[in-house]
Amino acid sequence: MFKSAPLTAERSTEFQIKGINDGLLVTLGEGEWSVLREYLLHNIEERSAFFQGARLALDVGDHVLKAAELGALRDKLGDFGISLTAVISSSVVTEKTALMLGIATQIQPVKRLASAPKPVEEPVHVNGETAVFLQKTMRSGTRIQNSGTVVVLGDVNPGAEIIAGGNVIIWGRLKGTVVAGCDGDEHAQVCALEMTPMSLRIANISLDEKPRKSKPGPEFASIESGTVIIQPWKHPTY
Amino acid sequence: MAAKVITVTSGKGGVGKTTTTANIAVALSMDGAKVVCLDGDIGLRNLDVVMGLENRIVYDLVDVVEGRCRLRQAMIRDKQNSELYLIPAAQTRDKNAISPSDMVRLCDELRPDFDWILIDSPAGIERGFRNVIAPADIVLVVTNPEVSAVRDADRIIGLVESEEKGPARLVINRLNSSMVKRGDMLSVDDVTELLAISLIGIVPEDESVISSANRGQPVVNDTKSRAGMAFRDIARRLRGEDVPFPPMEVKDDFFKKLFRVN
Ligand SMILES: Nc1ncnc2c1ncn2[C@@H]1O[C@H](COP(=O)(O)OP(=O)(O)OP(=O)(O)O)[C@@H](O)[C@H]1O
Ligand SMILES: [Mg+2]
Repeated sequence: MFKSAPLTAERSTEFQIKGINDGLLVTLGEGEWSVLREYLLHNIEERSAFFQGARLALDVGDHVLKAAELGALRDKLGDFGISLTAVISSSVVTEKTALMLGIATQIQPVKRLASAPKPVEEPVHVNGETAVFLQKTMRSGTRIQNSGTVVVLGDVNPGAEIIAGGNVIIWGRLKGTVVAGCDGDEHAQVCALEMTPMSLRIANISLDEKPRKSKPGPEFASIESGTVIIQPWKHPTY
Repeated sequence: MAAKVITVTSGKGGVGKTTTTANIAVALSMDGAKVVCLDGDIGLRNLDVVMGLENRIVYDLVDVVEGRCRLRQAMIRDKQNSELYLIPAAQTRDKNAISPSDMVRLCDELRPDFDWILIDSPAGIERGFRNVIAPADIVLVVTNPEVSAVRDADRIIGLVESEEKGPARLVINRLNSSMVKRGDMLSVDDVTELLAISLIGIVPEDESVISSANRGQPVVNDTKSRAGMAFRDIARRLRGEDVPFPPMEVKDDFFKKLFRVN
């Protein structure tokens, strides 16, 4: 039924599909980005029933992708009823692009109800414990998730979200949402030049002080005797 | 001539994009510039209504893109301003009828004959947004001084930046200074501090905006209207003039902040 000339793809342009927790993980093969992209879309088109409604994590290897390209790919996938939930890449530029577009950069182990199907494969860990550094104001709708530390040089606006396994360091104003020590590390800390978070959690403990008046000067949040407290940053005495 | 393309967008709907597009277009053309407006809100056209041109529509933007007519045939000349044209949106099609590259091509075809191309946008951040942002040289983000509108504006500004179309410039529409004084509305300061982009206009809440839109007569034509004045000021700033903001809308330390934000 497909009259169009089949794409003569070399072995290496072949991509792999795995089932993961939350949908499908597609790992692209090797070769030029435009070729890989067309090959992927061509295959999706042929198997559109299989992909319809899928949540897709895409491992693009070391390809460097700019916002226009990644945005266009997301739209194309959207036209097939596929939502692009994560882009995994060894390129820092591509990771930043994904974050700017509000796309995760690692596969999230999603907590499921007991009745939900077991993950087919183990989640892939990318970035292990490395820190993410973003030199940019995080605007509403953007999200960073990392199993290690997150450093932002810029403001974190209301509606932006940082979820870190480790510490969160903001050289700017924190007005959005932050979770530090999201895997249970109660020693994690959050610091910011101005601390008026929409919400802030360390491990499983949330800051309950509701709307905070911003105090001038840097502050840091940590858990002390079971509650999250915020105090002015002083020269460390330890 | 090589027109500059101005895309007028917002995060939240209903904040005044269409009003802003129509009024800036008229203001620019009143000073002799050649201006064409494109209604990018495919499926929900209303720029033609605000400009009072709805009963002259024969062809629309999708007709041009799909080759059913030539560009010139879809251009409707304004009633008062002979150098102002509108290319209306299709009413019966959706945003997928055009692509970002269609919009770029269309604008490139118009550029040599005009000074300004203004594009009105659909609300939201999906495909329609990508269509209107693709050809933009200048992006104006319209917001109202309300928490939810500002939050959504922040999001759109982030997208504009990630499309490498920034920095966007901000229009704060429907400012009610007595509400600001009572503390019931965000001030200009509150908004610019969060959004951290440069301000190009502050348009007051003004009933004459609604009554003139209903007459198909954009409010800039009304020399007594304060909103009309604000839109004329935006047009002058677009042309590069240094027009101060009227002091009554603005707190004392505002200019200091403005410099920092810039
Ligand atoms: N400064 C103002 N003062 C009073 N009313 C205004 C002002 N600006 C806009 N309005 C009114 O607000 C309403 C919405 O404006 P408009 O249609 O321009 O918004 P929009 O952003 O284009 O909406 P949509 O997202 O639906 O396209 C209209 O009735 C308009 O007349
Ligand atoms: Mg509109």
